[in-house]
Amino acid sequence: MTTASPALGQETVAEPARWRRWLPTPKMLILGMVGLAIGYLALVPLYYLLWGTFFDGNGVTFGGFERAYGHSQILPLIGNSLWFAIGAAVLSLVVGTSLAYLNVRTDVPFKALFFAASIVPLIIPGILYTISWIFLASPDIGLINRLIEPVFGSGAIDIFTIWGMVWVEGLHLSPIVFLLMVAAFRSMDPSLEESALMSGATRWQVFRKVTVPLTRPAIVASILIMVVRSLESFEVPALLGLQNGIYVFTSRIYFVLRSYPPDFGAAGALAVGLLVLALIGVAMANIVGKSGKNFQTVTGKGFRPRPMELGKWRPVMGVAIVLYFILTVIAPLVVLLYTSLLKFYTAPSWDVFKTMTLDNYRELAGMSKAMTALQNSLALGLGSATLVMAFMAIAAWIVVRSRIRGRHLLDQLAFVPLVIPGLVLGLALSFVYLRSPIPIYGTLFILLIAYVTRYMPYGMRYAVISMHQISNELEESAQVSGASWWQTFRRVLLPLLAPGLLAGWVYILVVSFRELSSSILLYSPGNEVLSILIFEQFEDGEFTVLSALGVVMVLTLILLVSIAYKLGAKVGLNRN
Amino acid sequence: MLHIDNLVKTFDGERRKRARSNGKEEAAATKIFAVNDVSFEVGEGELFTLLGPSGCGKTTTLRAIAGLEKPDAGHIAVGERVLFSSKPGEKTVNVPANSRGLGMVFQSYAIWPHMTVFNNVAFPLQVMKRGERPAKREISERVMRVLETMELGSYANRQATKLSGGQQQRLALARAIVIEPTLLLLDEPLSNLDAKLRESLRYELKRLQRELGITSVYVTHDQIEALALSTKIAVMSDGNVVQLGRPREIYQNPNNKFVAEFIGTSNFISGVVSAHRGEQYTVETNDGRLLLDSAADMPGGTEVVVSVRPESMELYEESRPDLPNEWRGSVLTRAFLGDSVDHVIGVGKHELRVRCNPSISIAPGSDVYVRMPPENLSLVPVN
Repeated sequence: MTTASPALGQETVAEPARWRRWLPTPKMLILGMVGLAIGYLALVPLYYLLWGTFFDGNGVTFGGFERAYGHSQILPLIGNSLWFAIGAAVLSLVVGTSLAYLNVRTDVPFKALFFAASIVPLIIPGILYTISWIFLASPDIGLINRLIEPVFGSGAIDIFTIWGMVWVEGLHLSPIVFLLMVAAFRSMDPSLEESALMSGATRWQVFRKVTVPLTRPAIVASILIMVVRSLESFEVPALLGLQNGIYVFTSRIYFVLRSYPPDFGAAGALAVGLLVLALIGVAMANIVGKSGKNFQTVTGKGFRPRPMELGKWRPVMGVAIVLYFILTVIAPLVVLLYTSLLKFYTAPSWDVFKTMTLDNYRELAGMSKAMTALQNSLALGLGSATLVMAFMAIAAWIVVRSRIRGRHLLDQLAFVPLVIPGLVLGLALSFVYLRSPIPIYGTLFILLIAYVTRYMPYGMRYAVISMHQISNELEESAQVSGASWWQTFRRVLLPLLAPGLLAGWVYILVVSFRELSSSILLYSPGNEVLSILIFEQFEDGEFTVLSALGVVMVLTLILLVSIAYKLGAKVGLNRN
Repeated sequence: MLHIDNLVKTFDGERRKRARSNGKEEAAATKIFAVNDVSFEVGEGELFTLLGPSGCGKTTTLRAIAGLEKPDAGHIAVGERVLFSSKPGEKTVNVPANSRGLGMVFQSYAIWPHMTVFNNVAFPLQVMKRGERPAKREISERVMRVLETMELGSYANRQATKLSGGQQQRLALARAIVIEPTLLLLDEPLSNLDAKLRESLRYELKRLQRELGITSVYVTHDQIEALALSTKIAVMSDGNVVQLGRPREIYQNPNNKFVAEFIGTSNFISGVVSAHRGEQYTVETNDGRLLLDSAADMPGGTEVVVSVRPESMELYEESRPDLPNEWRGSVLTRAFLGDSVDHVIGVGKHELRVRCNPSISIAPGSDVYVRMPPENLSLVPVN
């Protein structure tokens, strides 16, 4: 009898009425919403992009392709795009890899400078970096040209060439390659090199026969990623290339849309071409990344090898490092600060220093447009960071923890925007919301949607990695204690995920704060963000006010990044 | 064959280490002695083991011999050839690692994953200087001969990472001996293997080393490995060699409490030397008198520790007053270990661990007699 009664009771309690089982539970509702939102954000813009490119009022058309590719300038366009992308990738690879090797494997001085340089891409947005290089190396006003004028004649260096574009983009990307290659060199078991040394190989043989082959996957992956990033780059080609009519895909799309009347079909056709190139690059990088797994071996205790002694080369390398640091970090920042204190742009001299003034900053403070832009940038950053991390926390649960069929599809959907260049995304979204009845075109919301879409993949990475670090049993024990799914998620998972989610949140806040290439096609007058305002002022030739705005922007970014580091450190302590 | 004299290697004290011990703040802030004045010799064909806990300096010593670590001072020579020498007033000699012509097996094996089995072994021959380098055909012959010795002949064209752990270990050994080095260095080569495989490879390694007659220096923290393989062992602690001798000597007569504790299990009974005649000592302890044999030279009155292994003690339920060193106690607890039974016996304030044949098992609470044969006791000075 005693065994029968609980069974009976269970039967009456656990079996709900038939119709109730068909009602969605709150869990299903939440998961369904997140899944739909990700699918919508990832696929709808692509669909509209293709639709807008291949259809017009009369049905299928290739008119856009004919107008985009059917003229004599298309070969130079493709040539320039590849030259620029591959050139910048090679430059960043050579610089970044040498710096990483020097840092990890040798006794080179000033190692702290390497890592200071590596946060440059975070705190100096591409548009400011490009503008400061114009201040440094334009043939008319460039400071470097003034400096070397007595020796080489006027305008010796011209930044408005394909080489100038390669130089600026390559330098700006080199810290990213540095970080990737440092990771690769560090994860390599040093005894692999030592055993080659013990076998009698010279240093050069060790480097050629062991180090390079073993880091080849990382090298190839880096170069492909950098090619894709350069292909997608908008700031450098727009500011440096347009001056002399050097077009690449991104600047051409922008040009086509800015002419009157804008040719959406042709822009779409160019965007599809760019998308295909980016896809090829990402796919190749993935294949190389997978083949790299074969190289994993047993690793022993982490006995750090004796750093290679550079001997008489040590001072030479030291000078090279300092030069690199000055070129990538100091010079752009200093020239920006310098310009922001001037009445009009001019080369430095004693008289100039005496007339320096804070007028530009005063003007900025009184400029309602600037304040609005700052507010817009901050609001969009906060909004997109919060939305992305909230959605991705749940999406990561679906991908990592649930047994729902199709969860891997969700993972892949969330990564789709990674291969969509920002400018292409902007174009696609304008296709969507020009046609859609939802009246958000010309408001800040369309920018918010663009940012959320663009940074969804990064949020997903942060959330999935944190989710993997939490043992399944913590969740199960909450369930055994009687918590519902939502209670488990809110009271157990979220607090444990918090550090990872916070890191992702800050990262997205920082990158959204300076977004340009999607915004440039989606903003409307009155809704400018900071980078747009800078771009407008550059086109209007307001260099000094622009520099002041740039300084404000860099300072805000430094503040955000250091808050991120602080938070990260504190959270880390708490977890110990 | 290998001569190491007064080897010293220091590392810069890092701030992290400084914070760890407040007492040693000043010493740690300057230099940390990883190897502190170590000297030893290895004879032709010997397998010499550096044994000690992690951080004792054994690996640093080995890496100094290899040339991967530059010592601060000392002298390293193989036969007549000086590999490293740094003495005040003399010119420093430091032959680079890639010209020392030694073979080395790393803990992680360091098999190059981008090469085949064959190419891994051929590498040391292929990078030889033009002129010394054997012809292609000879390289291939020598590589195959070594691979056959290691029973890897049929794997020659495989990707090296496709081998199992034991095979990778043999491959690493093959690569190290293919140039027929004068000296073979082995850095914990068995520590990445599972227990069963480790045991079988231990005998394999011993057989190969003895057959090839190759002089070897072996680093391990595993005392059983050291005892089973070595012709000679140097036990290291805190950068010093604390005892050097044949495996049996070290096990049976630890001259030092660290060695007695580190190698095997020991019971320690402290006392004072009351008398000695030649090698026959009498030691008074709180719980009774002990007679023992020792070659140590300690006058009466010296404070000492008597060390005795659990398996060299005997347990009786009845007294045998005719035999020396018999103490009365009671069983506190016992544990069945399969091939033996451990009893913990309370004698006065001492708790002695006695290991018995599994047929003997005495219930806790029983009164028993513990006998310690004088020849099994060793005298350890108190530092």
